[in-house]
Amino acid sequence: MGSRASTLLREEEIEEIKKETGFSHSQITRLYSRFTSLDKGENGTLSREDFQRIPELAINPLGDRIINAFFPEGEDQVNFRGFMRTLAHFRPIEDNEKNKDPIASEPLNSRSNKLLFAFRLYDLDRDDKISRDELLQVLRMMVGVNISDEQLGSIADRTIQEADQNGDNSISFNEFIKVLEKVDVEQKMSIRFLH
Amino acid sequence: SGSFLLVYLYIFLVVFVGIGLPIEASAPAYQSHGTEGSHLTNITNTKKAFPVLAVNYEHVRKPFEIALWILLALLMKLGFHLIPRLSAVVPESCLLIVVGLLVGGLIKVIGEEPPVLDSQLFFLCLLPPIILDAGYFLPIRPFTENVGTILVFAVIGTLWNAFFMGGLLYALCQIESVGLSGVDLLACLLFGSIVSAVDPVAVLAVFEEIHINELVHILVFGESLLNDAVTVVLYNLFEEFSKVGTVTVLDVFLGVVCFFVVSLGGVLVGAIYGFLAAFTSRFTSHTRVIEPLFVFLYSYMAYLSSEMFHLSGIMALIACGVVMRPYVEANISHKSYTTIKYFLKMWSSVSETLIFIFLGVSTVAGPHAWNWTFVITTVILCLVSRVLGVIGLTFIINKFRIVKLTKKDQFIVAYGGLRGAIAFSLGYLLSNSHQMRNLFLTAIITVIFFTVFVQGMTIRPLVELLAVKKKKESKPSINEEIHTEFLDHLLTGVEGVCGHYGHYHWKEKLNRFNKTYVKRWLIAGENFKEPELIAFYRKMELKQAIMMVESGQLPSVLPSTISMQNIQPRAIPRVSKKREEEIRRILRANLQNNKQKMRSRSYSRHTLFDADEEDNVSEVRLRKTKMEMERRMSHYLTVPANRESPRPGVRRVRFESGLSV
Repeated sequence: MGSRASTLLREEEIEEIKKETGFSHSQITRLYSRFTSLDKGENGTLSREDFQRIPELAINPLGDRIINAFFPEGEDQVNFRGFMRTLAHFRPIEDNEKNKDPIASEPLNSRSNKLLFAFRLYDLDRDDKISRDELLQVLRMMVGVNISDEQLGSIADRTIQEADQNGDNSISFNEFIKVLEKVDVEQKMSIRFLH
Repeated sequence: SGSFLLVYLYIFLVVFVGIGLPIEASAPAYQSHGTEGSHLTNITNTKKAFPVLAVNYEHVRKPFEIALWILLALLMKLGFHLIPRLSAVVPESCLLIVVGLLVGGLIKVIGEEPPVLDSQLFFLCLLPPIILDAGYFLPIRPFTENVGTILVFAVIGTLWNAFFMGGLLYALCQIESVGLSGVDLLACLLFGSIVSAVDPVAVLAVFEEIHINELVHILVFGESLLNDAVTVVLYNLFEEFSKVGTVTVLDVFLGVVCFFVVSLGGVLVGAIYGFLAAFTSRFTSHTRVIEPLFVFLYSYMAYLSSEMFHLSGIMALIACGVVMRPYVEANISHKSYTTIKYFLKMWSSVSETLIFIFLGVSTVAGPHAWNWTFVITTVILCLVSRVLGVIGLTFIINKFRIVKLTKKDQFIVAYGGLRGAIAFSLGYLLSNSHQMRNLFLTAIITVIFFTVFVQGMTIRPLVELLAVKKKKESKPSINEEIHTEFLDHLLTGVEGVCGHYGHYHWKEKLNRFNKTYVKRWLIAGENFKEPELIAFYRKMELKQAIMMVESGQLPSVLPSTISMQNIQPRAIPRVSKKREEEIRRILRANLQNNKQKMRSRSYSRHTLFDADEEDNVSEVRLRKTKMEMERRMSHYLTVPANRESPRPGVRRVRFESGLSV
């Protein structure tokens, strides 16, 4: 499987992915072998079932949402490019990237892009606001079935009240950023990919 | 003029106590008359007049002395904070050492022997409260996120310091002109190992006042706690070796094994006692008053047990506190929690004060042997080895860290490596057979003075000058809790996708294990099923409700705080839906008002309550509202102390107050 995997991934593709995501050569090849090991159908793309087979996602409360985040709007298959593009959000921010020319397009793993990724996981209908219902859904997924609706509702109300500043009873992206400004997002949303 | 009078009275009090100490130190023992004489059945005894007043000082001598010392220490502490500009410039530890010097000098002038900081007293009585306070309130999240870095600094950094200093001092002693050619390598290494460890007491005392950012704080502080194992092993090792005189390879190997045994053994002992304490707290629902005692006693037992086996007592204490905290806090009442917090802060504060004062007194008392070259070299080497160690280790560590340590961070970590009373006590423990004991003690004291005075005083202006990131003030926010947990799940999932078994994977496994197996044994009643988010939210609302009642903002139909003594915290009062809604509305309104206010989630020694609680409610107003409430409460005495617990499974927003329907 190993040699076949590396011949399937052409050098030009690796270069393109490197430029787009910032991963190193060895990281890309390593993640490619993970991609192919997940790809049971061996057709070069992953479907939702392939993801659901991962044991850690099956028991994860947010498993479905994470899986959805990999698939672009309305599609059912994701290729390696898309896979890497999503994973690029979790690359640690490097020092030399912080001082980059601000006119150039922001790298996928910048702080605001990381936060945007997390925000989109709450905001399913993509209206750029986390409404009370969306928040309730996420809370319900995280705390399980034993908590009553009213208690969950009061938590959601208080959460929105704490964060909401323009009075629209929902959390916008800017309010989301503000609430998380004390959390070290660069550290929290980074995975130390092995070199 | 009223405040001047108070200041004069205060000074008089201090002088009174201060003079009292040396005088009673030299007080001869007075025999008691009367009562003892009457027991003699000697007929030849002539009948004395019954003594109406008799002095029996010996009877109370020991406790009297102790109380007097503690009183002096606390009065000093009080005094420093009355002088506003002083405490802003000079850290408290320096002032206390100076006081110790003065008192010691006074005692010496009178002609008595000033007491020295007895090592047994130090290790068994003064040190444990400070460490327990630190361990119980250790911020777990930053600690576990940086535990790798902390361990590297603690273990490798201390080893480097010890060997570098010991080796170079030995080289120094070889030089003829110094006049110390009798000192062999092992003695120097022993000295190096004593002086190399960063001291938690000194670090706590100084860092508390500068409010540095959480990362640097936890790095230095964590290092000072975890290097105890290294210090213990090195000290015992070199002590043994210097008695024997030779070292073999086997000894070195055994030393390494010993290190693992000492550290892991200490942690294991602490964890066992922690679980015992958690298990015990499960059954304390009917005897709330003694709950805090369990926490203190089990922790102290953990410390003593591990000291008994020559394991690391500090690590045992930390492990005990960390392990038992989540379970104990789920079981005990709110009042017990406050009691534990208060007592720990109080004891550790007293301990710290006493330690520094005694350091001053011991300096005056102790036998000294001064050798300019040796002492000055020690101080310089301390600094140099610390700086080199930090820079070198950071270079290696940064390759593995996600958030790198900046130069400023490194500087503070290096500069904050203070030495303190542990080094002194270890030096004092050296048996008198060591020819160099006095010289070592003098050098240790000089190093301690240098680090505490020079580094301690200059670190604050340096932090300002270098514009190092300070601690961010943050109020406990439900948003942060929710989103942090959300991100935890997200990251665990993504790690699963990558097939990467990292930090989040193992944390999730531990959480799962905890939830399925451990919690049901250690948490009382049905609460083990409660998700952490719900517990957090409940505590937050409870705190807010209590605060509002105390400041008089909630209507007085809640005779809550005063009758809370024996109420089972899990008793859900039968509240009508309407009342519940009303309360929730009031809380929400209060939240609107408080939105802009900042609170500090600090575990500092001087402030227990959040800053705005004391700002908002002036003492007088608080007392007035309390009196008002108590008057109204006497009409509500029909509220029973114990309410029946509700049907399990019905979960509502809960208050500890006994709400009348």
